Amino acid sequence: MNATAQYNFAYLDEQTKRMIRRAILKAIAIPGYQVPFSSREMPMPYGWGTGGVQVTASIIGPDDVLKVIDQGADDTTNAVSIRAFFAKVAQVATTTHTGEATIIQTRHRIPERALGPGQTLVYQVPIPEPLRFLEPRETETRKMHALEEYGLMHVKLYEDIARHGRIATTYAYPVKVEGRYVMDPSPTPKFDNPKMHMSEALQLFGAGREHRIYAVPPHTEVVSLDFEDHPFAIQHFEEPCALCGAEQVYLDEVILDDAGGHMYVCSDTDNCETRRAAGHVGALGVREAAE
Amino acid sequence: MYVAVKGGEAAIANAHALLADRRRGDRSVPALRLDQIMEQLGLAVDRAMGEGSLYDRELAALALVQARGDLIEAIFLVRAYRTTLPRFGYSLPIDTGAMLIERRISATFKDLPGGQMLGPTFDYTHRLLDAAIVDGEVPAPVMREAEEAQAPRVTDLLGRQGLMEPDGETDPARAVGDLTREPLDFPLDRDLRLQALARGDEGFLLALGYSTQRGYGRSHPFVGEIRIGEVAVEFDVPELGFAVSLGRIRVTECQMVNQFKGSAKVPPQFTRGYGLVFGQAERKAMAMSLVDRALRAKEFGEDVVAPAQDEEFVISHSDNVQATGFVEHLKLPHYVDFQAELDLIRRMRAEHEAAAMQEAAE
Amino acid sequence: MDIGLDGGFSEPVRQAQSSFRAIMDAFANPGTVQKFAHLAPAHGLLQGELVSTLLTLSDQDTPIWLSGKLRQTPGMEDFVAFHTGAPLVSETGHAVFAFAGAADELPDLDRFNPGTQEYPDRSTTIVLAVTAFAGGDELVIRGPGIRDQRTISPIGLPRNFVAQWAANRALFPRGVDLLLVAGGAVMGLPRSTRIAEGQ
Repeated sequence: MNATAQYNFAYLDEQTKRMIRRAILKAIAIPGYQVPFSSREMPMPYGWGTGGVQVTASIIGPDDVLKVIDQGADDTTNAVSIRAFFAKVAQVATTTHTGEATIIQTRHRIPERALGPGQTLVYQVPIPEPLRFLEPRETETRKMHALEEYGLMHVKLYEDIARHGRIATTYAYPVKVEGRYVMDPSPTPKFDNPKMHMSEALQLFGAGREHRIYAVPPHTEVVSLDFEDHPFAIQHFEEPCALCGAEQVYLDEVILDDAGGHMYVCSDTDNCETRRAAGHVGALGVREAAE
Repeated sequence: MYVAVKGGEAAIANAHALLADRRRGDRSVPALRLDQIMEQLGLAVDRAMGEGSLYDRELAALALVQARGDLIEAIFLVRAYRTTLPRFGYSLPIDTGAMLIERRISATFKDLPGGQMLGPTFDYTHRLLDAAIVDGEVPAPVMREAEEAQAPRVTDLLGRQGLMEPDGETDPARAVGDLTREPLDFPLDRDLRLQALARGDEGFLLALGYSTQRGYGRSHPFVGEIRIGEVAVEFDVPELGFAVSLGRIRVTECQMVNQFKGSAKVPPQFTRGYGLVFGQAERKAMAMSLVDRALRAKEFGEDVVAPAQDEEFVISHSDNVQATGFVEHLKLPHYVDFQAELDLIRRMRAEHEAAAMQEAAE
Repeated sequence: MDIGLDGGFSEPVRQAQSSFRAIMDAFANPGTVQKFAHLAPAHGLLQGELVSTLLTLSDQDTPIWLSGKLRQTPGMEDFVAFHTGAPLVSETGHAVFAFAGAADELPDLDRFNPGTQEYPDRSTTIVLAVTAFAGGDELVIRGPGIRDQRTISPIGLPRNFVAQWAANRALFPRGVDLLLVAGGAVMGLPRSTRIAEGQ
């Protein structure tokens, strides 16, 4: 074995890329349908973004600018690790600025800033099958999708309402794409669901361990499942970001001490930094300036 | 003031440096050489090759050292390397009937053509820790020349009397399944199922095989034969018009003989459970053959009632590289989703308390 | 030099990637014209755009159907075998990709594989060279990837295209996907696209 093993551009061999590229084209042609693909072992563990990494590796070129986020942040360890992987194997430019990126690989969030045409959002997906926790068998769920038989999902959501007085799903909230396929948006908080609807960006979803790729093309209808008497609603935060003062964004709760002290800060670090650079200040920022 | 946690890059680099340090351990102790591992931890090497699906003892030894002896981590390293290798084609089926046998036992016949041979087995050793092996002299073993007379497989001996189900016919035009090239599509054919089992986690298959012995999908197994030894691997080169030998590999084969009472169409006969693994891996081959037989339940019109008989359950969860990745991914940050759940729980608690207060007031 | 071994991408990794992005953008934005950044040289009747698409997407795992006219080009079978390894099939229903140099070389769309209800992805993608992307009858298209609607007017579409496409759309999620190529560029019409107006 060659100790300094030479890997292809973007790590994957060309035959694997072609296979994934074909799956991506089918996924785009059939929005929301999960295309089976022959997922490869990657040099990072299954469950850590191998699906997203394979999709990114198959589409990325030398002119792309890559952003990687995990929990909305560019500096979480797994995001750092994946970004470093692509900087090494594809020598691409990387960025933390949402607006500058041509490809954004994400785990669990959609950036706050609206994505534009020409941008591609690549989601890392753990369990692509929205019906999996209602029916564990692939042979059964495949039939349900074929027959557009989604009654089970509505029953589950309705049982939530009966038991809790509301739909108790807060993330990985199921959506219907172009009125046909029920789709798992990956474990993003339902706060992000509306951003998928009629987005100008191409959205690609990769589930490596489960061998599935699916897609939502730009300008595509993505509707969160709900009921007339219990319409879909996103999370609402009572206070703005403590650092930049942003409202209508998703916030992380940060525990400050063991006496219940806490603050809320933007989950999207780039959005927060951009706002602060533009002079926006949150409650904590004001105090900092006064000191 | 609040400062967000930064510096993921530095943290990762430092962690990796510490890992390298712990891997090497006390520098006054000589570093392990790969030949030492290949020679003295051979069964760990075999397991890394088998579940890593790559026959290369040196690479498997390297993976073991790099993984600090963590077998699943080593298997993962081997797999991640294997997946980058170009595919030239498929070898011809190996002929285990022509094996250069080092160990061969049958539990179904006291003696049989070719004889029984215990070989390098732990069986009948007394499991007493023996400090003498660390630096004691090891006398040369008693060897004999490999016999020209081949040892026919027990299943073939039974088959000649019609007591064993035939091996089954495969359409020669049909391409052999390969789960590393095509996504799995349940239900599987037996070729894909056996491939998945051969790569499957030894511990998981051992537990499933054990469960069939305890009544969860009972199959009345007998070890028809276990054989360990070397077989030739041949590759058909279309340009040459004949097969060329690529070399020899060591494999372990287990043929389990299981009871079958027959059906309206098929007379009573024994049925097979099959296990084949790289290297010397007897426990794995036996567990594999038990699970293979259990997974054939539908084929024989048996009720599918036990976990070991449930193909989608067994095959979807037998791969330890997939399993360890997904279990371990739970340590990645999930605070965005947890925040969503926190919010929901708080709201529901507030409503609950409000309702309780109202009830108390009434 | 053997005619079959000539040609192809000069920088396979990079050119396959940029060609794929053009094709992906074409499917993600139906009806738009996406330029190939590096066009492969034509091979006989197989135009550069068809060669680029062939080299980008096909290999030993993708049975290919070539129109009778293309297939009869001397050296064509060697060319496909050498550059892609893809098996050539004469049965349209078995093709993962179908290539035609002009609409009159192409059988009706329903002769190709639309996939199954369980696996609608197991379908044929048709790659058709047209005369031009503009100047023909106007068609108004709608569907995923299109904000409101988009007007296209390619010259050289198959006969009765509007009716054929409506029948294909009615099969959704089954159906064939269509890539049109001309002038160093590609236009995608995935099965999800509807023709809202047109003759």
